[in-house]
Amino acid sequence: MRKLATSMTALATLFIATQAQAEDVEVLHWWTSGGEAAALNVLKGDLESQGIGWQDMPVAGGGGTQAMTVLRARVTAGNPPTAVQMLGFDILDWAKEGALADLNILAGMEGWDAVVPEALQQFAKHDGKWVSAPVNVHSTNWVWANKAVLDELGIAVPTTWDEFVAALEAVKASGKTAIAHGGQAWQDATVFDAVVMSTGGLDFYKSAFIDLDEDALGSDTMKEAFDRMGVIRSYVDDNFSGRDWNLATAMVINGDAAFQMMGDWAKGEFLNAGKVPDQDFLCFRFPGTQEQVTFNADQFAMFAQGPEVGKEQAALATAILSPSFQSAFNVVKGSVPARTDVSNEAFDACGKKGMADLKAAAASGNLVGSMAHGHANPASVKNAIYDVVTAHFNGEYDSAAAVDELVTAVQINK
Amino acid sequence: MPSSATATRPGLADRLRDALPKLVLSPTVAIVAIFVYGFIAFTLYLSFTDSRILPTFGWVGWQNYENLFRIRAWDTAVNNLIVFGVLYIVVCCALGLLLAILLDQRIRAEGFIRTIYLYPMALSFIVTGVAWKWFLDPGIGLEAVVRGWGFESFTFGWIKDSDMAIYTIVIAAVWQTSGFVMAMFLAGLRGIDSEMMKAAQIDGASTFALYRRIVIPQLRPAFMSAFVVLAHMAIKSYDLVIALTGGGPGTATELPATFMYSYTFTRNQMGIGAASAVIMLMTIAAIIVPYLWSELREKK
Amino acid sequence: MTAISENTAAAAEPRRASAFNPARVVLYALLALFCIYYLLPLYVMVVNSLKPLSEITAGGMMALPGDWTIAPWQSAWSSAQVGVEATGLRPYFVNSILMVVPAVALSTILGALNGYVLTKWPFRGASILFGLLLFGCFIPFQMVLIPMARMLGLMGLAGSVPGLIFVHLVYGIGFSTLYFRNYYAAFPTELVRAAQIDGAGFFTIFWRILLPSSGPIAVVCIIWQFTNIWNDFLFGASFSDFDSQPMTVALNNLVQSSTGVKEYNVHFAGAIMAALPTLLVYIVAGRFFVRGLMAGSVKG
Repeated sequence: MRKLATSMTALATLFIATQAQAEDVEVLHWWTSGGEAAALNVLKGDLESQGIGWQDMPVAGGGGTQAMTVLRARVTAGNPPTAVQMLGFDILDWAKEGALADLNILAGMEGWDAVVPEALQQFAKHDGKWVSAPVNVHSTNWVWANKAVLDELGIAVPTTWDEFVAALEAVKASGKTAIAHGGQAWQDATVFDAVVMSTGGLDFYKSAFIDLDEDALGSDTMKEAFDRMGVIRSYVDDNFSGRDWNLATAMVINGDAAFQMMGDWAKGEFLNAGKVPDQDFLCFRFPGTQEQVTFNADQFAMFAQGPEVGKEQAALATAILSPSFQSAFNVVKGSVPARTDVSNEAFDACGKKGMADLKAAAASGNLVGSMAHGHANPASVKNAIYDVVTAHFNGEYDSAAAVDELVTAVQINK
Repeated sequence: MPSSATATRPGLADRLRDALPKLVLSPTVAIVAIFVYGFIAFTLYLSFTDSRILPTFGWVGWQNYENLFRIRAWDTAVNNLIVFGVLYIVVCCALGLLLAILLDQRIRAEGFIRTIYLYPMALSFIVTGVAWKWFLDPGIGLEAVVRGWGFESFTFGWIKDSDMAIYTIVIAAVWQTSGFVMAMFLAGLRGIDSEMMKAAQIDGASTFALYRRIVIPQLRPAFMSAFVVLAHMAIKSYDLVIALTGGGPGTATELPATFMYSYTFTRNQMGIGAASAVIMLMTIAAIIVPYLWSELREKK
Repeated sequence: MTAISENTAAAAEPRRASAFNPARVVLYALLALFCIYYLLPLYVMVVNSLKPLSEITAGGMMALPGDWTIAPWQSAWSSAQVGVEATGLRPYFVNSILMVVPAVALSTILGALNGYVLTKWPFRGASILFGLLLFGCFIPFQMVLIPMARMLGLMGLAGSVPGLIFVHLVYGIGFSTLYFRNYYAAFPTELVRAAQIDGAGFFTIFWRILLPSSGPIAVVCIIWQFTNIWNDFLFGASFSDFDSQPMTVALNNLVQSSTGVKEYNVHFAGAIMAALPTLLVYIVAGRFFVRGLMAGSVKG
């Protein structure tokens, strides 16, 4: 694989023959935890072997929002980094500003169109031009469960909402916390994503969150979704507010709680605690969304430095899309490769399941961007929806009021 | 620079000497004019534009302000700032004064104790916030510990309660700066004429009366300085909220500073963010300008 | 209140203070109680920085470590992941020091000069100018981020240490001028006039007469600026480059990684480490701090 990647790079550099000498890449990103950084080191090593230095510019915080603030300051100052880790609508917004380099030649040569799922391409292309290199696909509609707790209470993996509620009831009756949840806006919204998908189905999800259709947002189905959020709230312990997601995961790991709804990055916490998928913990799709995958994807966008993409930027993009990096990185990150043709050999049970789900969902049109993670609508709308979901989850108003608020919030911020 | 000017040559050197003080001040004036007032003007202008991700200059009139006042979180933020600001300043001053008076009683190891009271100022809230968050968390912090001691009915879950969470911000903020205020008052106390105190004592004034009538009124300048420092901190409180509650539960602890940051940078609504900044600045001006006015006139 | 009444009497007659006295026991108990309040978060941080991670996630965050370890400290210093390379916080200390020392020195010197001009060389509008300067302290930093970035770009200082120093100088000048102005206001103007008659020039007077007695207020100013600049995150993150990121950015990267495993013990160790320089400044200069405040900022 590695060989293939390097030979492709050689090819690419042949075609994109810029006069300039390959320079160093300055990379703005927010991957600073051990595993993530280890994976980035693969990239760094690859580039260094081609004589391209890596200037590291990590700014963590707020799932990338901190880095986006820094990016704006850097661009305003006329000093943008060469490559920047980005998510969803941020990429499109910057592409609209005309700030991103066109990667089409490279993409055409390496056949990105054929291997990257269509739904993901929507966030990597602008005006038919590739503007960023996708690294991974996180899916966010997972439920993580402590197998020992489920076995002890005789609970099978729930596949419908009603079964799920019955399972929650059984856990609650046993005196344990049914759902480990962290009360932060993005976590509330992550759950809401899955609940809306499960309640209204794929088309409803799309018209509400992607098309921002006011009828859908104000519908009874949406009210039902809020009601279900209320149900979930009743199975969360009292101290949920403000809890970090990983402390919620720890509750499941320690057997204090049965379930957690969280993206696939939660797997890292289980593995780090020495737990084995399918033996100690279970991963399954949120009941009623078995077919669907709601995703968010990390990508690297290249900031334009001239009319053509820089040699070092092309090398970086090629390295990112290389199957070897896609596999190595995603094994440690918990996500699945952005290209669907990567071998699943190195992945664990949950990773294999994730890859299979992604492939199936991509083929059947069931792969949709996650609202909670900025892949369904722009940041302003997303945060406005957060406000409503969080306020409702914290009991500030009832489901009917929440539906009204939702419509208003989207109106103001659209 | 000894003056070489003579009566016969009131030339360049003389004029330079006269202008020197202003010349020395001029870089500061220039800096403040551009980087404070210029930026305020720029923000004011932005608040009337359709800026989203970066500044753009399409004029939209009052639309950003209209939207701003339709956003619930803004109301919450403003109300919170009033509650937080008043409580924070009052409690810090009260606690600072109390500690200063206690420390002013010829305490052994005063320097050591003072350092303990002062050190929180030195720490960044990025992580101190985590320590506070844990400490206030009913599941693992104070409540759990006290219950562990056998007081089963003890509850302290403010940080999880939308109505009370703002007070936990006050607790942590007071922790951070009351030591500094203490130092200011202590300095004020040390500056008070001890003869006056003795005379009053001989007259048989009670200690309470002594402090109320003689000591505290003399601390007025200290109060004023403390007010400036505290008001400035209350308005800028950002790290604190982010680290402690992230604005939650829900939006219960949102403050204007967090609101502004979130709209300008996280939500790509730079126009609304600028509008909130303008309102914030106007509020600050309404409070600070009369204060500055009275202070600066008096000193002449 | 009885404690205070007894002690004021004691204060008047210091000899008797050393004798055993129940009121003083209460006084010391109160002071100790407040010490606990101020030390608690530090306790949480220190204790958890000496535990293995498993003990923390298993609960009992207030408990003493069962298995003492200094590994988190070693990790935070030299091997924790703050970027692609596992460098720990070590290299970022240098960046921070390179930024803080000049920024503090410059803003203090400029503040002193400004204070000197405003009090000893008054001119029409000096008070208003000072008021405008002081109001600048209240400008929320989130607001100036974008225009500041543009200006730095225009000045060719974007992403550089001098750029960062400049930004901190700009927004530190208000407070440093405030401190020195209030301090010099109390300094006898007659001395300055006398020196003037003796033919001393502008800088000679500053250098020979005011500066030698400025020690205490300089300490106050340095402590204030050092704390603020050292702990700043927003400017440090936005206006630095890959090779000039200050320590707070590294600490933030260590603490805030969003989807990785959170090593709380390393976080706490890093946080304490990051605060050590400021703590050191407080401890070393603390003695002069109250003296400086006494002489300067709290007097009219």
